[in-house]
Amino acid sequence: MHDQSIVELGAALRAGEFSSVELTRHFMQRVERLDGDLNALITTTPEQALVEAGSADQAIKKGQAGALTGIPIVQKDIFCTRGVKTSCGSKMLDNFVSPYDATVVERLRQAGVVCLGKANMDEFAMGSSNETSFYGPVRNPWDRERVPGGSSGGSAAAVAARLAVAATGTDTGGSIRQPAALCGITGLKPTYGRVSRFGMIAFASSLDQAGPMTRSAEDAALLLQAMAGFDPRDSTCANETVPDYSSTLRDSLEGLKIGLPREYFGEGLDPAVAASIQAAIHLYERLGARVIDISLPNAGLAVPTYYVVAPAECSSNLSRFDGVRFGYRCEEPKDLEDLYKRSRGEGFGAEVKRRIMIGTYALSAGYYDAYYLKAQQTRHLISDDFKQAFEQVDVIMGPTTPTTAFGLGEKMDDPVTMYLNDIYTIAANLAGLPGISLPAEPVNGLPVGLQIIGNYFTEAKILNVAHRFQQETEWHELTPDLNKQS
Amino acid sequence: MQWETVIGLEIHTQLATKSKIFSGASTAYGAEPNTQACIVDLGFPGVLPVLNESAVDMALKFGVAVDAEIASRSVFARKNYFYPDLPKGYQISQFELPIVGKGSLTIDLEDGSRKVIGITRAHLEEDAGKSLHEDFHGMSGIDLNRTGTPLLEIVSEPDMRSIKEAVAYARRIHQLVVYLGICDGNMQEGSFRIDANLSIRPFGQEAFGTRTELKNINSFRFMERALNFERERQIDLIEGGGKVVQETRLYDADRDETRSMRSKEEANDYRYFPDPDLLPVEITDQRLQSAKQGMPELPDQKRQRFESAYSLSQADALMLTQSRQQADFFENVVASGGDAKMAANWVTAELAGALNKAGLELSQSPVTAERLGGLLTRIADNTISGKLAKQVFEAMWNGEGDADEVIQAKGLKQITDSAQIESIIDEIIAANPKQVEQFRAGKEKLLGFFVGQVMKQTQGKANPGQVNQILLGKLRA
Repeated sequence: MHDQSIVELGAALRAGEFSSVELTRHFMQRVERLDGDLNALITTTPEQALVEAGSADQAIKKGQAGALTGIPIVQKDIFCTRGVKTSCGSKMLDNFVSPYDATVVERLRQAGVVCLGKANMDEFAMGSSNETSFYGPVRNPWDRERVPGGSSGGSAAAVAARLAVAATGTDTGGSIRQPAALCGITGLKPTYGRVSRFGMIAFASSLDQAGPMTRSAEDAALLLQAMAGFDPRDSTCANETVPDYSSTLRDSLEGLKIGLPREYFGEGLDPAVAASIQAAIHLYERLGARVIDISLPNAGLAVPTYYVVAPAECSSNLSRFDGVRFGYRCEEPKDLEDLYKRSRGEGFGAEVKRRIMIGTYALSAGYYDAYYLKAQQTRHLISDDFKQAFEQVDVIMGPTTPTTAFGLGEKMDDPVTMYLNDIYTIAANLAGLPGISLPAEPVNGLPVGLQIIGNYFTEAKILNVAHRFQQETEWHELTPDLNKQS
Repeated sequence: MQWETVIGLEIHTQLATKSKIFSGASTAYGAEPNTQACIVDLGFPGVLPVLNESAVDMALKFGVAVDAEIASRSVFARKNYFYPDLPKGYQISQFELPIVGKGSLTIDLEDGSRKVIGITRAHLEEDAGKSLHEDFHGMSGIDLNRTGTPLLEIVSEPDMRSIKEAVAYARRIHQLVVYLGICDGNMQEGSFRIDANLSIRPFGQEAFGTRTELKNINSFRFMERALNFERERQIDLIEGGGKVVQETRLYDADRDETRSMRSKEEANDYRYFPDPDLLPVEITDQRLQSAKQGMPELPDQKRQRFESAYSLSQADALMLTQSRQQADFFENVVASGGDAKMAANWVTAELAGALNKAGLELSQSPVTAERLGGLLTRIADNTISGKLAKQVFEAMWNGEGDADEVIQAKGLKQITDSAQIESIIDEIIAANPKQVEQFRAGKEKLLGFFVGQVMKQTQGKANPGQVNQILLGKLRA
């Protein structure tokens, strides 16, 4: 049951082969049995899940079921869920029960999904290995001594280990695509503004974007369909019509122009990963696509630009966690300053504090022009590179990450090396472009992600390009052997 | 040494929108603490601001009224600092690109002259909540009802050269925002708050002295006192060989003094940057045009119209247009039949005096404009005399009905029947032969005596003009 896609499970539910309650119980048992080791979920909501499954079964009986009705998923713990702990992976919000639902949560609920629980993540989505979570690291289902990637590591691991059919994630600098790549699933970061950010705890507001994490592009199309669309509660949410993502999945790729940025195939890229990506691109050529060498000359500026913009925004976004109204408060504060200092000092982890300090510095009087303003300028250059590239090509392809999953603890002492894991994903966030990662041929039994970046609001196109690949390959069908002792 | 005062003002006006600037919560004043703050105001994790467009429209009205440059694109920025009544840890304001740019406003000075004061900018921002430090036994209470109330911060150039000019400018801004209907102007409730930057310099010196900023001024009376205190403090300091320190000072109305709040060195680094949650505010030509078309009549225009349409003196017109409410009241009195000149007198003297004595606002007046118009009509058509009109007014004030009802009930209708007046006069002449003789001998002052007798006889109801005329006719015969 758990190895089936949303499309297959949805058909089976509507055909009455099994009920959503049965399906939900099946996944709950898997979580019970396997997650103690993987640590993909922070909170499980079994009672609520069964209530939702029960309503889904009612809807199915009445013939009112949609594509997602009765499908068990997990929500990244960055999305506010009414009446359920929403921790954002932080001690700061360990006691926070949200009084409201995020737009993404509300829409998926309306679409009939069953929520099994809240997925583990890097603290406040800051991290590339899921090791900064207050709730401990998530283990990669393919090799439990390795990281699942981050920050949506719990979501990626849950889908890879078939603890849920699908998951939501958020991507600020690669936080959907990178863990999708390292865990062998499909993860889509939509165009900035495609999915409402309301109720999604902000890390870096101008970069954050929610998206689906699934077993296939076909499933991603279904999940995105429910998540996307205008929301009056988010001023940056685009008022653009949402196309039917499933209807164009099978379109021919004859004549598709694929741009390969030479900057994404240079130094730092593991040769075995490069070979896997090259093989994937050859397959596209067989499907009728044309490959064009392109250049993104400012690609090297992406990581340094990101590490000014994102910390600057986060330093301000995280000011509200002050111990006054909600979240962690230190014991017996002496006075106001002590309350602030200790609540924040004790409530935030090391990586969050590092970024708050970097961001505060970058915005300070006397440094603003040299850092924040300069970063805004280089951000423009990066966007312009893509603009020019998309005058020549339809999509841009390359590796999602330079290597396969690395070992737990391997990069924790060296933040810069850790940051470089996002070298190929960050630029799409800075430019606001949509990108997807899908499984290519594994290297030494570990998943490899192929990244496809599209032009603004061309999610339908990149899903189509990804789906055609998945029709021809089985990499996305591979499942980790969870009984293997590591 | 003769010292010149230099003053610039920053005025926070709460905009009269129904809901907050970035949320749907109500802005009504006086609710139970923390009952008008929604999750957006409270800065809950994940919430986002959405701009209330009516706050933008109000800012546009102000910009048009002071003939300012309106930015076709303005940007909201975050002002970052920690305080318990600032839930997000930053205030959403405008910094580099405010919606209203350079403009100006003309003020009237006591000597009848006028002066143009430059307006540097006016920007939109959200208000913070309130910290209540009393009644909580060593703790502070936080009321977040005010959080997110829209403010328009109006910043002037340092163009004022005396405390009187500063007060005149503040009053003029107050008058304008109330006229425009964008602020209720209620200073006690904090709808209109003044921060003043004051420095002194020797007359003739071009460079400005070091300024201090005075906060917490919430009445015009306190403003004058606070500025006076601060000016004297700076003079004493400098003349005593000291130096003014650039700092923010708080005015304490109870002790009538200012005291230091924080120095320049202690000032926060607010780390302003554009708020990524909000799009830039784009003002189209069309929107600006419709703001211009929707402008109400402004004080200067109204004053000119009053002078020409009602033939009022400049002084009367100025007085009546002091507030839009008073001007509207006056026009309603005229519309209800009152003569304009008479209406001007009654509104600014009789009514204003009564209100002042009773400590009431014009909006609370027991005598409506319609009723006052009715009274003036009865004066004009000779139903009552001007003298008795005051009695009628008092009765109306005490709720005894409209003018006609009071006149009827009290029998105050003027006697204008010549035959009746004549017969009364005949009786008086017959009863006072000695005085008649003296009058006819040339002691014409005695006319007053006869008029008094007639009025006494008629309880003041006889038409004075007729009485005079008939008396003279009979006495001189």
